[in-house]
Amino acid sequence: MNRLGELERAVMDVLWARNEPMTVREVGKALAERDLAHTTVMTVLDRLAKKKVVTRAREGRAWRYRPAASREAYVSELMFDALGQTGDRDAALAAFVQSMDGKEAAALRRALSEIEQPRN
Amino acid sequence: MVSAALLSLVAVGCLIAMEALHRAKWPSRGPYTAVITWQTLGLAWGVSTIGALLAFGLSSYQLGAAGGSLALATDLVTGRLILTELSQGVEGVSHVVAVVLALVLTLVLFYGLVSSFVQVVRVRRRHHDLLELVASEHPDVPGARVVDHPAAAAYCLPGVLRSQVVISAGALAVLDNRELAAVLAHEHAHLRQRHDLVLLPFSSLKRAFPRVRLVRTYYETVALLIEMCADDQASRRSSSRELAMALLRFGAAGPAPVPAGAMAAVSEAEPGVMQRVNRLLSPAEELPYHAGAVIMGGSAFLLAAVTCLWHIPV
Repeated sequence: MNRLGELERAVMDVLWARNEPMTVREVGKALAERDLAHTTVMTVLDRLAKKKVVTRAREGRAWRYRPAASREAYVSELMFDALGQTGDRDAALAAFVQSMDGKEAAALRRALSEIEQPRN
Repeated sequence: MVSAALLSLVAVGCLIAMEALHRAKWPSRGPYTAVITWQTLGLAWGVSTIGALLAFGLSSYQLGAAGGSLALATDLVTGRLILTELSQGVEGVSHVVAVVLALVLTLVLFYGLVSSFVQVVRVRRRHHDLLELVASEHPDVPGARVVDHPAAAAYCLPGVLRSQVVISAGALAVLDNRELAAVLAHEHAHLRQRHDLVLLPFSSLKRAFPRVRLVRTYYETVALLIEMCADDQASRRSSSRELAMALLRFGAAGPAPVPAGAMAAVSEAEPGVMQRVNRLLSPAEELPYHAGAVIMGGSAFLLAAVTCLWHIPV
């Protein structure tokens, strides 16, 4: 993973951990052990805002940043794409098994138990 | 007029051939050959339909579809085209209608392709951004990202610079190591051979004509064939039995049964996953070399013939 990607992750982790909007300075302080320049933190937050994963609101002279959605929401969004449940998105990624209906899943379960029977 | 008639014949022939290919049994024995045949037939159908309309609509130029289009464009630019003269009588009107139809069909096909591509790129970028934030690396799966979610999923995110294989924690839980390796080999085959680009024309057709059931059916057929291609690649590296087991385990870990009737539109045919499992567990004889060569030769001939017909001046 590249350095910027890794920093974005670290910053998101901080924002998710604190349940309140944070300023650039506060984020930098939370990541004090990394000894980041103020501008670096600002760049990272700016990139995250462009990607629409954080939102910001002005408070006095400083911007306050907070996650646009929870980590769980993003994981669900990824899985939603992956299981092909969004109609016209199936071309974007290739799933090993497309989403199945109950009948298909049942047929597979049956086949699996038939194959595994002799072993047990 | 001769070229218009012949091109219409080819277009109808392509439709018949696609239906035959859809019903044929051999594609699962030679998925690569079959996918190329699908692409050839699709392309030939589009080019010959547009060509037939143009050759008919522009028959007064006596230059055929290609030459006629060029002459029409020249006349449009130089302002020599007088529509009122062209559209006199029933014949004139039908000519104008044919040319307009050809233009519309061309635009719809191009628009579908471009907008599909844009949409796909946008979804991938968003997906990638989120992966960077929430997916982690895992010592068991080098070169893949793990998403911490209980549902079983494995997929690849194609891209020129940022292609990525992703697997869910739920999938890791149901697969043993060798099955996992087979799944990863399958996904890497998709990425290596850019299967997403192969499927793109078909998914864009599906987007352009969402209500045409035939388009949807053919899209699914091609998508299944592409999965079979990746299955074949993966079973060269690991055993096909492990891959089949992985498929079954994904199914077994799949969604809870839906209430009866909710999926009424699903065909009674054997589900695609089951077809893949069966052909991995009891492989049929591979398509003989000469049969593949004949099919490929036929495809090349078809495209050459359509190109020639575009240039016949009568």
